[in-house]
Amino acid sequence: MLDDRKTRILFGSGSVLVALALTTAIVAATGNNPLQAYANIIQGATGSPNVAANVLVSWVPLALATAGLLFTFTGGLWNIGIEGQITLGAIFCTWALRSLQNTALSPGAIIAVAVAAGMLGGMLWALLAGALKTFGGVNEIFGGLGLNFVATALNLWLIFGPWKRPGVASMSGTLPFEPELWMPTISVQSRLAPVPLVLAALALVTAFILLRGSHFGLRLKAVGKNPRAAYLLGIPTWQHMLLSFALCGAFAGLAGAVQVSAVYHRLIPSISSGYGYTGLMVAMLVNYSPVFAGPVALFFAALGVGSIQLPIVLKLDSSLAGVIQGFLVLFVLMGNGLRLKLLRRKRGTL
Amino acid sequence: MTNDALLFGLSGVLSSSAPILFGVLGETINEKAGVSNLAMNGMILLSAMGGFAASLATGSLGLGFLAGAAIGAAVALVVAFASITLKQSQVAVGYVLAMLCRDLAYFLGNPIMGMPGPRLTLSPIPGLSSIPVFGTLLFRHDVVTYSSFLLIFLSWFYMERTKPGIMLKGLGENPRAAYVRGANVNRLRYLYTIAGGAIAGLAGPIYSLSVKAGWKGTISGLDGIGWIILSITIFGGWRPFRAAIGAYFFSLLQWMGLVLQPLMPNVPSQVLQVAPFPLMILTLLLVNIGNAEWVERSLSHLPESVRRDIAKVLTALNATPPAALGQPFEKDE
Repeated sequence: MLDDRKTRILFGSGSVLVALALTTAIVAATGNNPLQAYANIIQGATGSPNVAANVLVSWVPLALATAGLLFTFTGGLWNIGIEGQITLGAIFCTWALRSLQNTALSPGAIIAVAVAAGMLGGMLWALLAGALKTFGGVNEIFGGLGLNFVATALNLWLIFGPWKRPGVASMSGTLPFEPELWMPTISVQSRLAPVPLVLAALALVTAFILLRGSHFGLRLKAVGKNPRAAYLLGIPTWQHMLLSFALCGAFAGLAGAVQVSAVYHRLIPSISSGYGYTGLMVAMLVNYSPVFAGPVALFFAALGVGSIQLPIVLKLDSSLAGVIQGFLVLFVLMGNGLRLKLLRRKRGTL
Repeated sequence: MTNDALLFGLSGVLSSSAPILFGVLGETINEKAGVSNLAMNGMILLSAMGGFAASLATGSLGLGFLAGAAIGAAVALVVAFASITLKQSQVAVGYVLAMLCRDLAYFLGNPIMGMPGPRLTLSPIPGLSSIPVFGTLLFRHDVVTYSSFLLIFLSWFYMERTKPGIMLKGLGENPRAAYVRGANVNRLRYLYTIAGGAIAGLAGPIYSLSVKAGWKGTISGLDGIGWIILSITIFGGWRPFRAAIGAYFFSLLQWMGLVLQPLMPNVPSQVLQVAPFPLMILTLLLVNIGNAEWVERSLSHLPESVRRDIAKVLTALNATPPAALGQPFEKDE
């Protein structure tokens, strides 16, 4: 009985309620009105067409990161290095834009090449973490984290060194590109570009098709569940692991390229903005399902954008979004564990 | 650089290693019991904020440290409950807690951000501190730095020379055998996870009340240190002295980054600050590569004398985690 759909939903919604109750208690403990804080977040994410567009702008890199992570998670890998892979995607994209901006190529072609370069950059950085894991025995979590810091340093060095603005280098990033090299947005004032939206949706569909309906997905799953058994069954194990890293890195690199070519139009120090780390949370919350990854990523993006106004309006720190997200993932994880424990106990007594 | 400045700098390396040592040795204890606590990064931020807030509110440094230890123990309890009782992945729970505790620290710490607060003063040891060179290096510190020296010896002694310490090793290496020997594996794992969390939790107030006194929110410069601590634990091979070498080596590198800064004006300061990270990957590679199958295979092609030398180096560097690390234990399997 504990394994049917109804019970799953019951435990799931129970976990969400506990998470919300605890967040509410914490906000109240700081002497603030929780309802006012929530209203502010909702207002900040849906209050005007402009902020709603910002939610979609922020959904794109998050959905791309989550889609990529579904591959590495299926392969049993914790690709924490995704943050650096996004950064490298942004760096490669900037590099391509810089090298091609004064050539005879049409702006559309330049942007296309730059986005492809970004995907390549993310992929190479992911393969580095993958090679450290498969050939060097370095746990992908620590290899990936180390590479994240290296990517940040590389980014800063480029912004303050070779690619610095004419005159003085600054934390505001490199010199913006010419407007014809910006990905076209739906209107002049809006930051929302339709092409990245389509790309992110396509990434989720690709993840769904490959993981749910392909031979590759099935083999990758076998590798993730039990690499030893998969190897004995004749599945090329490390090749599948590297392939999942490469796919994840390509999606992450695409996210970085979008941030450069469609959102900031330049390289900035915190270009990856934590989307990779949040993507890991989204993937865990949806229990690695490609179906729910998109909507939950949208919800997380709305929380993030909605909380930006909190410090100004309520003198609350915008990290409240992260607190809600963290409690949600933690309690859904624990709720599921509790359900399975009760299930085991019940089966044991039968 | 003058000799005095050098001595002063090295003495600073020892004191800035104190929080790292508490983190690494605390984690070593729970990992030896078979439970890895990946929440470290967020936990340290939360206990740094909480410890500072507690001591700001009460005016007592002792209560600040106590609060830090309590926060560490509480976070570890969640890890233990989720992984031992609910049998969830330790990596998943640890990662979520690392993110959650970090955001909680920033959220709850918002009102006390940048406030001036109490900080630990130096307590030079009378007599010993006036010894030339060694006096400045070892005996002009605050209480937490002295405690960090002691902790290295105490944890070594406990793990290697006492009966419960041997049992602790059994919990992580072969829980079944420990169970047959009469140990209540899961209860002991709970105990050591919480104890390790409390010790590592002290790292937070050591930062906020001593090494980097105060709470400055996102610019406290503490984000990331927990991940470093976890990798030093691997480098340390779950042995206290080796772990201590890792911690001191890391602080030394960070200090050298600061010292070398003026010599390289073209390199932004942020770049030198991350210099230890590629080295961290490299050391992890060195301690793990001996475990890789292809290394063994390619070594077998080498002439005997060369092979033996390389194998010796790899074995010396090699670190093998406790065999049952991360695996739940069930007595009726």
